[in-house]
Amino acid sequence: MADRIILQVSRYRPERELEPTTQEYEIPLNEEWAVLDGLNHVKDTLDGTLSYRWSCRMGICGSCGMTVNGEPRLTCATFLTDYRPGPIRIEPLHNFPVIRDLVVEIGDFMRKLPQVKPWLIHGEDTAAPQSELLQTPADLDEYKQYSMCINCMLCYSACPIVGLEEDFLGPAAIALAQRYNLDSRDEGADERLDVLSTAAGVWGCTFVGECTKACPKGVDPAGAIQRYKLTAATDSLRSFLMPWRSS
Amino acid sequence: MSVRYTEFHPRWYRPPMSVFWWAGRRSYLIFVLRELSSIFTAWSVVFLLLLVHAVSEGSRQYRQFLNLSSNPWMLTLNVITLAFLVFHAVTWFNLAPQAMVVRLRGNRVPRSAIAGAHYAGWALLSALAAWLILR
Amino acid sequence: MAAEAGSVHDILVIGGGGAGLRAAIAAAEADARLSVAIVSKVYPMRSHTVSAEGGAAGVIKSADSLELHAYDTVSGGDWLCDQEAVEAFVAEAPRELLRLEHWGCPWSREPDGHVAVRPFGGMKQLRTWYAADKTGFHMLHTLFQTSLKYERITRYDEWYVTRLLVDDGRVCGVVAIELMSGRVEMIAAKAVILCTGGCGRVYPFTTNANIKTGDGMALAYRAGAPLKDMEFVQYHPTGLPFTGILITEAARSEGGWLLNKDGYRYLQDYDLGRPEPTPVLRSKELGPRDRLSQAFVKEVEKGRAIDGPHGPVVHLDLRHLGKEVITTKLPFVRELCLDYEGIDPIRQLIPVRPVVHYMMGGVHTDINGATPVPGLYAAGETACVSINGANRLGSNSLPECLVFGARAGQAAAEYAASAASAEPSIQARTQAADERRRLDGLLQRDGGREPISAIRTEMQQAVEDGAGIYRSADTLAKAIDKLRELRERYAVARIEDHSRTFNTEFVAALELSCMLDVADAIVRCAQSREESRGAHQRIDFPARDDTRFLANSLIYRGADGGARVEYLPVTITRWPPAERVYGR
Repeated sequence: MADRIILQVSRYRPERELEPTTQEYEIPLNEEWAVLDGLNHVKDTLDGTLSYRWSCRMGICGSCGMTVNGEPRLTCATFLTDYRPGPIRIEPLHNFPVIRDLVVEIGDFMRKLPQVKPWLIHGEDTAAPQSELLQTPADLDEYKQYSMCINCMLCYSACPIVGLEEDFLGPAAIALAQRYNLDSRDEGADERLDVLSTAAGVWGCTFVGECTKACPKGVDPAGAIQRYKLTAATDSLRSFLMPWRSS
Repeated sequence: MSVRYTEFHPRWYRPPMSVFWWAGRRSYLIFVLRELSSIFTAWSVVFLLLLVHAVSEGSRQYRQFLNLSSNPWMLTLNVITLAFLVFHAVTWFNLAPQAMVVRLRGNRVPRSAIAGAHYAGWALLSALAAWLILR
Repeated sequence: MAAEAGSVHDILVIGGGGAGLRAAIAAAEADARLSVAIVSKVYPMRSHTVSAEGGAAGVIKSADSLELHAYDTVSGGDWLCDQEAVEAFVAEAPRELLRLEHWGCPWSREPDGHVAVRPFGGMKQLRTWYAADKTGFHMLHTLFQTSLKYERITRYDEWYVTRLLVDDGRVCGVVAIELMSGRVEMIAAKAVILCTGGCGRVYPFTTNANIKTGDGMALAYRAGAPLKDMEFVQYHPTGLPFTGILITEAARSEGGWLLNKDGYRYLQDYDLGRPEPTPVLRSKELGPRDRLSQAFVKEVEKGRAIDGPHGPVVHLDLRHLGKEVITTKLPFVRELCLDYEGIDPIRQLIPVRPVVHYMMGGVHTDINGATPVPGLYAAGETACVSINGANRLGSNSLPECLVFGARAGQAAAEYAASAASAEPSIQARTQAADERRRLDGLLQRDGGREPISAIRTEMQQAVEDGAGIYRSADTLAKAIDKLRELRERYAVARIEDHSRTFNTEFVAALELSCMLDVADAIVRCAQSREESRGAHQRIDFPARDDTRFLANSLIYRGADGGARVEYLPVTITRWPPAERVYGR
């Protein structure tokens, strides 16, 4: 008698309902299956109408973020056996509008991301570079952690400020800005200051710290934001006390 | 309230965020308590200022202040305040390493060292205060 | 990006991965007056470029030379590569990688701050640039974030292209579905660049993501462009059993060993060199991928593989590398082993087996990414120039995306600048209307017998049985018949989800039709090529036959759904065909 487990999946079909409902599916409890494999089993054999995003199934593309038993998780890196005997509640990520079933709308994030100028700002003409910009392994270590973000949005799902404040840039965007600010080759920290040192930027963050807990890649966006607060604060203090110094 | 679904313009569902969003999750609750502790921290500063003021006004004012302080309500308030102060200090000391990245000779100072330094500082200042008061 | 009904652009890039983003940036930089757009069925940072791990090859060390890189590539490809294209490729690869560095790519460094390189399979010199073991991830995110600088690039995120519009023999746009709302729109363009990646999902066991369904190849094929070298399918030697997750070649270049059930480094039995304690370039575990995968099959036949719960495996031994090397150079490998196999490579052996990884074949293009159909370009894994020939060397495909993405973007920009208006003609509008009707019909189809998933699974098994690592006339003929049968069953398949809103079952059905076309091309080309070369191994024709088959296969779709295969002789310029030698 093989093990089985129940998935309680949030469904939302805008053509016929105003609010999400829950549908239960019973699936085999395979030792090697991730929650995503369970969802694929449902879609392939039980109910073809279930919609959700997924792609790489190895935790690097960031597509398959969902809320599993109340926690934001990558369903491809979360295993059914961790929830034995079940049931497992699967809902869309929090703090995003739901388009359909487990699919959320992330357009807001896509619009906020370019605002922090997440690209290398370097004065020299780079049309045909002759050699690399030197960067020691120690320089690389300074920002490496913040470059690991896969844009999975689990941090946005975990952060209550994202849910409360529509304009808040959010953990991933700010961490990415820090990734460039701390990159030894970058010269754009000043340009980013105006966007980051605002109520919609770092000052909207009250250091709840849930983003860091949710991050599957160890980016520590909360740390990035608090560090930036220190930078921004010392910067404005310096320009207040010594206005003659160019910032 | 209910927007009609029209073809090609699906109605997104926006889950409402409850006023009690913080109550459903332990980590959120602790966060809100941490934020609340700042009120009690502020009160402890006010209380300290009142003490200093009472001392500077002479022994009669000081005795009045002591009577006020030993009032059961005031006592309860101050005990709660002390609890929140400790909670405030502990949570912020534990979070400090996340915000402070210190490098010594190329290596990152471990989190326990940074938090530990804060606790050590606290212990030192408390010892100093205790010695001043109790001698 | 909200598209207005009937949007018009100068250049339309389909696919937002490494090649697509690079092409769009190149086109935007080439001509400031051009309107450039990217249409992708997923958000660009989800593109499969993101999972590439090992590295990107580019000559920068003084001991290395362009000629050596070119020779390694040509011999690695068993002389099926276009040598002129390979020479252009190796010259531009380091320039592209440098450009990416200036765009912020966090390449791993040597202590003095210069870019570091590591050895890789089939290469005589160290020339593989790497960003820890997440090179593709860092490259993709660098490209994507850099593309955000160009406000002129319009993006259609989560739009699925279903058809290329062809008017008067020229490509003039596409028809695409906005996944979110289900609306079908025509997007007109003077030039279209296909950068949709490969089609690994045609096979049951693959490193590829769910999205690699050969859409662009099918679109081009149906629009009259030929597919080239489709029979050459690369099996990467080291994938995790069950999931098929890739364990990068870098694990071997750092010194990993492949062991059979007796703990014996079996590759020494396959003319790949004698075992040395440290990796020797172009030898043993650093041999070319086709030879390593073929060696696995032979070991299984000899009964020397390990029986795992999901079939035979061999072991990848990284224990002797030590904790330091594994945690600094191969952290992602360790993470994947821990998560998906419950194994720590520092202390335990990793079970691995060959897994479908890359398509050497694709849409036939010239050295500038142009297909024979005017206005249609292709770059990246979708295209076949060919620089990879019969077998691709590891770390050549990431620079391939950059070099040919840039070339295609540039070429498309020049074409678009001189082309007439992109306003769609009556012909194009009629085609678009037909396509909309067809899609609506498919979506609303009632009844139907089998689910899409069942047909897909059978297709995958048929292709694996017919065109696996070793093929024969017999297995291939069976596969062709099976695919024909599956196409008929597909025509009456069941669609349960009739919703327009983010209907992933509908998209899966459209992807399946692309896969059926591409699978057919693969098995037909494999049937036609009666020799063994590189990744195409025929049990009935075990030798390489340069007299008949020193040529690329081209497959054209017939009007009746059939196909014809032609051959285009390889232009040999500098390196005449010789014996492929490794380990000696």
